Amino acid sequence: MKYVEEYRDPVAAQQFADAIKRTVTRPWKLMEVFGGQTHSIVKYGIDELLPKEVELVHGPGCPVCVTPLELIDKALQIAAQSNVIFCSFGDMLRVPGSGGDLFSVKAAGGEVRIVYSPTDAVQIAIQHPDKQVVFFAVGFETTAPANAMSVFQAKQMGLKNYSVLVSHVLVPPAMEVILGSPDNHVQGFLAAGHVCTVMGYEEYVPIAKKYQVPIVVTGFEPLDLLQGIYMCVSQLEEGRYEVENQYARAVRKEGNLPAQQLVAKVFQVVHRKWRGIGEIAQSGLGLAPEFAEFDAETRFGVSGYTAEEDPECISGLVMQGAKKPEECTAYGKRCTPDHPLGAPMVSSEGACAAYYRYRRLRSDDLVNVGSKSGG
Amino acid sequence: MAEVKHFQLQCPAPLNDSEHVQLAHGGGGRRMHELLEGLLLPSFKNELLLERHDGATLNIAGARLAFTTDSYVVKPLFFPGGDIGTLAINGTVNDLAMCGARPLYLSSAFILEEGFPMESLRRVVESMRITAAEAKVQLVTGDTKVVDKGKGDGIFVNTAGIGVVEHSLTIAPTSVRVGDAILLSGDLGRHGVAIMAMREGLSFESTIESDCAPLWEPIAALLKAGIEIHCLRDLTRGGLSSGLIEIAETAQLRITIDEMVIPVREDVAGACEILGLDPLYLANEGRFIAIVPEHATASALEILNGHAVSSGAVRIGQVLEKPAGMVTMKSRLGTERILDMLSGEQLPRIC
Repeated sequence: MKYVEEYRDPVAAQQFADAIKRTVTRPWKLMEVFGGQTHSIVKYGIDELLPKEVELVHGPGCPVCVTPLELIDKALQIAAQSNVIFCSFGDMLRVPGSGGDLFSVKAAGGEVRIVYSPTDAVQIAIQHPDKQVVFFAVGFETTAPANAMSVFQAKQMGLKNYSVLVSHVLVPPAMEVILGSPDNHVQGFLAAGHVCTVMGYEEYVPIAKKYQVPIVVTGFEPLDLLQGIYMCVSQLEEGRYEVENQYARAVRKEGNLPAQQLVAKVFQVVHRKWRGIGEIAQSGLGLAPEFAEFDAETRFGVSGYTAEEDPECISGLVMQGAKKPEECTAYGKRCTPDHPLGAPMVSSEGACAAYYRYRRLRSDDLVNVGSKSGG
Repeated sequence: MAEVKHFQLQCPAPLNDSEHVQLAHGGGGRRMHELLEGLLLPSFKNELLLERHDGATLNIAGARLAFTTDSYVVKPLFFPGGDIGTLAINGTVNDLAMCGARPLYLSSAFILEEGFPMESLRRVVESMRITAAEAKVQLVTGDTKVVDKGKGDGIFVNTAGIGVVEHSLTIAPTSVRVGDAILLSGDLGRHGVAIMAMREGLSFESTIESDCAPLWEPIAALLKAGIEIHCLRDLTRGGLSSGLIEIAETAQLRITIDEMVIPVREDVAGACEILGLDPLYLANEGRFIAIVPEHATASALEILNGHAVSSGAVRIGQVLEKPAGMVTMKSRLGTERILDMLSGEQLPRIC
């Protein structure tokens, strides 16, 4: 497949891996911020290509993972109502709330639909004037413009039966929480390429400077990740801490300005609770006052919910890179993708699920596997 | 870790923590296996059922017969490359073929919803007639029920089939041996993407057609040539990954495959990139794997490549001993990872 295969080329991948080996002289700990990057790293076994000095820790950038429990509960509450068509991105349907998930609401008779774009949900609202159509607007800066567009269109059309349940989160405040923690071990970041296609990367410059960490805007294909790691390790070895752009084929310094303007019009920056981490100041987006009528929490009277996490789940520590999924006592036992305790086990982007799916094989099991299977 | 078991045989109810049947219970993944292991297999327990094959092989009055059934509830009813009628014939014909049986006779039962257009019913029946003729099977008995409007979804079709086993091989996961080769009959994912594209209203530069086809001919040819087939599996719900995992778990052996040699058409791969799907888990309706002794690989591939439905056949991997019950894949970067069964249907990812 053109423009994709090139970024999965095994020969070039090995060349980058060799270059990283030649460059590194001591241990470094890097964090890939985004779940999609974690997914690629584990799927392609990229960390196995790296020298032992380079350790990757998985960051908090899984939109499914960080959506707080009570918001899932609110979604379940709204979706169960008989006059509602509840629309969501696919992988939110399996995220467990306190009592079930959206799939179980669907099985019990709720109308829950998977959509690829929030503007599809607007179309559904137009087609079903007798129903309340709610879109579950989650995600980072990447999904914010399309979600904002859906609300903007609904207002322009004067739709009275469309609303959004919002839990948008922002990357830079979460990075600052990790860097500001006294236990922080992360020495360099692979910033999330898709977030930066929208936002650009100027906002990372002060973070790199303040905490003296290199930040490399990185894509999602194997060669993107290997090159991003190479650039990050090179900076660390040379004692530099700059913002660099590996993902130049998609990311411009200033980002996508019309998208940013739309987001700034429809949303405002708010305090936001992150599942497993807690509340982070100024770390999310909520509807701006001008668009408050489209807030599903108000429309359905579900604000004020609170919910407690399973005490055994260490998803917060996993998402901050302080623990690996395998260090959790519930991992693979009480907590599996079929019966997830915490959200990182639910999404294919979640660190725990990525480990579970691709990683249960220990390297010592692979001894004597025969020449054709590699390993 | 190889010792992690996902499910065990339990008494019938209650079914873990699900209070209602969910779509995932029919999705071909872990949830469906829980339903089988937790309720259906223990309830109807017998030796034939516990073989867990696509159909049962029966010894009746000196003859070996294969018997199978399947229900078809696909939406949309008509899609590029086929419709619910072609699926209903080919699906059951292929289940018989996977038992190594020559398909002979089918039954068909229709559950129709009041108000379903007669023209659509005619189209479905005509498809069934043509497909049955192609597959050389006869529809010899059937049933029709009509339910109130709103109590069905247009049309559901069930077919059952009987075939005759004309060889002495035991074609089953338990016959798989260490060192066997895994042969895949062609490219993956076309049926799954064709259906998904229709449902989502997506169109691509070229229309992606379902691979729906009867599979008996190439298997008959393998048998005729004396190839010692150890196991066959058509790659319907859950795709290649689920098929291999089921075999590895039943055989208590390890299967390893090579990502680089698995054929996926470029337009299918592109659609999967856009939709966030993995072609290894997509449904096929005209693809199967044959597990044969390594020494038979070349002659088996030559035979398969001589039939249109399996002209793209390739060797994708082999059977190893340990860790038992596991499928691993060598990625294109040369690293090794586990292929796990999905919990339910694949979910499109957020971004």
